[in-house]
Amino acid sequence: MIIRIMGEGQFKVSSALLDELNYIDNRIVDRVAKDDEAGFKGELESLISAIKEKGEPLDPTEIVESDIIVPPGDLTLDEAKRVFSGCGLIED
Amino acid sequence: MGLFNRMSTVVRAKMNTMMDRVEDPNETLDYSYQKQIELLQNVKRGVAEVATSKKRLELQKAKLSQKMDQLDGQAREAIKSDREDLARQALERKSALTLQAQSLDQQIADLEQEQAKLEATERRLSTKVESFRVKKETIKAQYSAAEAQVKVTESLTGISEEMADVGLAVQRSEDKIETMKARSAALDELVANGTLEDFTGNDDVEKELAKIRAKSDVDADLARLKAEEGK
Repeated sequence: MIIRIMGEGQFKVSSALLDELNYIDNRIVDRVAKDDEAGFKGELESLISAIKEKGEPLDPTEIVESDIIVPPGDLTLDEAKRVFSGCGLIED
Repeated sequence: MGLFNRMSTVVRAKMNTMMDRVEDPNETLDYSYQKQIELLQNVKRGVAEVATSKKRLELQKAKLSQKMDQLDGQAREAIKSDREDLARQALERKSALTLQAQSLDQQIADLEQEQAKLEATERRLSTKVESFRVKKETIKAQYSAAEAQVKVTESLTGISEEMADVGLAVQRSEDKIETMKARSAALDELVANGTLEDFTGNDDVEKELAKIRAKSDVDADLARLKAEEGK
């Protein structure tokens, strides 16, 4: 499974990690809903460090699509809300 | 739907607008390559901009440190002249500057991290662009138009995702720098007038100290003249 951490490139990760990542992802959704900035930052950090610890950086010469795209580690709560509201982060 | 599903949606929407142009495969490949080169230039500019901003903050920090040293000197001089009130005033100003200096240190550290991240992004993108160039020429040379379509879509999907990622990184870095520029300008203004006035000039503490210095000079001169005249 290929995961992209925005701003940090792609990582090759075992599919077995998916459950753990989904679990953290759900907690992130919960923290954003509760407007809990510190909790949100903590969860996002653990999501990203789990991917980096258990995954291998993809060879940069490989050009492949990712299965999962994770937002950048310094995403703010406001930006996360914009992602959830569908307004996105990227200008056209 | 979780955050990473949402994030994928956001990125894929951006990718689709980049891939809309698939008509003639060869043309599409060349067009995308040209866009990649432009993006690479943008990242390089981004790295340079972060470095410049860091430099500016470092200069500002040096200026603040200099002022803090001056205030320390003023406080010491005031204590020597038994003027605790003046010393206190100078030290209060110094303490306000200390907070500003700490905030500058944090911003400089943030920019350093930002620069390292963008430099890594530049290296990654540069490798991918070269890899794409080779792939593009292979596709052009080896496949018929119909076969090429699949290969083109494959490599374009991967590179478009990379480009969406890098595009966002550059955009966020620009936003961060704008915020810091605004803060830095505000600090310059504070130092220029208002609370953090120019301590090298004629502020109250300096005026009082100058008076004390003048008085002791006069006293010394008077004593010298008296001695010379035997009075």
